[in-house]
Amino acid sequence: MAKELIMDIKDFSFKYAGAPKPSLMNINMPVYKNKITAMIGPSGCGKSTLLRSINRIHDLYPNNEYTGEINLLNVKSDEFENILDIKKENDFIRLRQRVGMIFQKPTPFPMSIYDNVAYGLRLDGIKDKNILDEKVETALRDAAIWDECKDRLKESAMGMSGGQQQRLCIARAVALKPEVILFDEPTSALDPISTKAIEELISELKKDISIVIVTHNMQQASRLSNYTAFMYMGELVEYNKTEKIFLNPKEKLTEDYITGRFG
Amino acid sequence: MKGTEKRRLIINKIILALSTISALLGLIFLFWILITLFLKGLNALDFSLFTKDLVDGGLRNLIFGQFMMALIATIIGVPLGMLAGIYLREYGSGKYANIIRDLSDIMMSAPSIVIGAFVFAVFVAPFGGINGWAGSIALAIMLIPIVVSTTDNMLSLVPIELREAGIALGGSKHKVILQIILKAAKVGLMTGILLAFARVIGETAPLLFTSGTNSFWSTDLGNAFPSLTVSIYDLANFPTDKARDLAWAASFLLTVIVLVINLIGRFIIRDKG
Ligand SMILES: Nc1ncnc2c1ncn2[C@@H]1O[C@H](COP(=O)(O)OP(=O)(O)OP(=O)(O)O)[C@@H](O)[C@H]1O
Ligand SMILES: [Mg+2]
Repeated sequence: MAKELIMDIKDFSFKYAGAPKPSLMNINMPVYKNKITAMIGPSGCGKSTLLRSINRIHDLYPNNEYTGEINLLNVKSDEFENILDIKKENDFIRLRQRVGMIFQKPTPFPMSIYDNVAYGLRLDGIKDKNILDEKVETALRDAAIWDECKDRLKESAMGMSGGQQQRLCIARAVALKPEVILFDEPTSALDPISTKAIEELISELKKDISIVIVTHNMQQASRLSNYTAFMYMGELVEYNKTEKIFLNPKEKLTEDYITGRFG
Repeated sequence: MKGTEKRRLIINKIILALSTISALLGLIFLFWILITLFLKGLNALDFSLFTKDLVDGGLRNLIFGQFMMALIATIIGVPLGMLAGIYLREYGSGKYANIIRDLSDIMMSAPSIVIGAFVFAVFVAPFGGINGWAGSIALAIMLIPIVVSTTDNMLSLVPIELREAGIALGGSKHKVILQIILKAAKVGLMTGILLAFARVIGETAPLLFTSGTNSFWSTDLGNAFPSLTVSIYDLANFPTDKARDLAWAASFLLTVIVLVINLIGRFIIRDKG
């Protein structure tokens, strides 16, 4: 496998428990390191399903069926490991620390801003107050929200605006120094100004973190991403560098979708 | 187009009128009850009710006893009910959980006298007589299904994404539930507990042959225990006017207590929920 990859998805198929047919079929897709990969496609094509497979959050719900490989680079050994082989609780926790996730609606926890960011760190066993303080500050700075909330760290996160809450959630994920962060339509519940702030933040983050983002917004995908995957009815129709997908798509279906002829 | 719109407006008005009328009816009855109880109890309503025990013509021991049993019922019932509710919402799925949910709902509508009879058979007869513990247990049995269903419902209001967000940060399921989900549902849960408390504190039938009542000041749950509701029942059957006045006054106080707890509960919901 090529060195510049952080992940490599191979022949991945996924069927929800009790669903009559699979939601994903034979997905083959690389994810490049320190790049932004966008996933686009009409509603119900399987973008969220694929994204949520990458940190195995699906495993919260029983009896889903999947086959294939989702290989994640182990930065220490420089080898790929198939995350679908994970069975032990501790390995799941480790996986989720390595692969963070941001949801469509901000999900602040009902606790202080500080405790929100410290939540994952504490789960990771960090107890020392000084280390926590430092990591919380770094994370909030990385998420470009430190200046707005440095004077109200002890206040409830529920009192922040939607855009601030979303950046707090990003800070919370970034605090764990993940290798990958998954974004599922992170700006679709936000106003244009907050959206711009989040987009700038995501571009900034890719220096250290590989990013996969699901979006319905074509401009966002083309502005932000280096690679784009177009999905349709559970299949990956086309995957390429973003400018190729948008300027010169190989498939007619892709072209029809990005020019707004359907979807 | 115009016609349907007009009809919709008319239906809207009719429904509004109907619901206003039913709200008014409810309020009228509430005030009617309160005023009747107040007027009937007026002769006996007096601050000394709170300083004297029943033997001396007061209600102090009865109010204390009633609170005490409801409180113990809450202390026993809330943890059990919450655990069951958490199990149903967060862990239970499929047939088994649904059976438990149905059973709990049936328990909620079980006639309270039947619960009293059951507790009599299990906790009174074998122990040689009525006692405060038996009364508390009977109230706890009434309270548990209420707490189960409140917990179940309040947890269902917490968005699924919040659970997933906790898991996505490396939390295990039980940690996420304890540290995040319960906190997010806190206001609703507290209110539910308060309302459940208000529900059982006014009960008579489960206490009638479990705790009985006691005219004297008592903190001994091993024996007949003072109960406001059971004493109202007794006093109302007493031939003297004085006893009946006292029963009216006690009924008035009980209604006010239940009403106030309910109002506090609703205010919490409105403020924070
Ligand atoms: N929990 C589930 N159980 C069964 N089927 C599901 C479940 N969640 C999603 N699906 C189905 O899987 C398919 C893919 O859904 P998915 O949510 O991944 O689509 P999506 O591309 O993210 O759509 P959107 O853009 O609307 O978010 C859809 O057909 C959907 O109906
Ligand atoms: Mg989706």
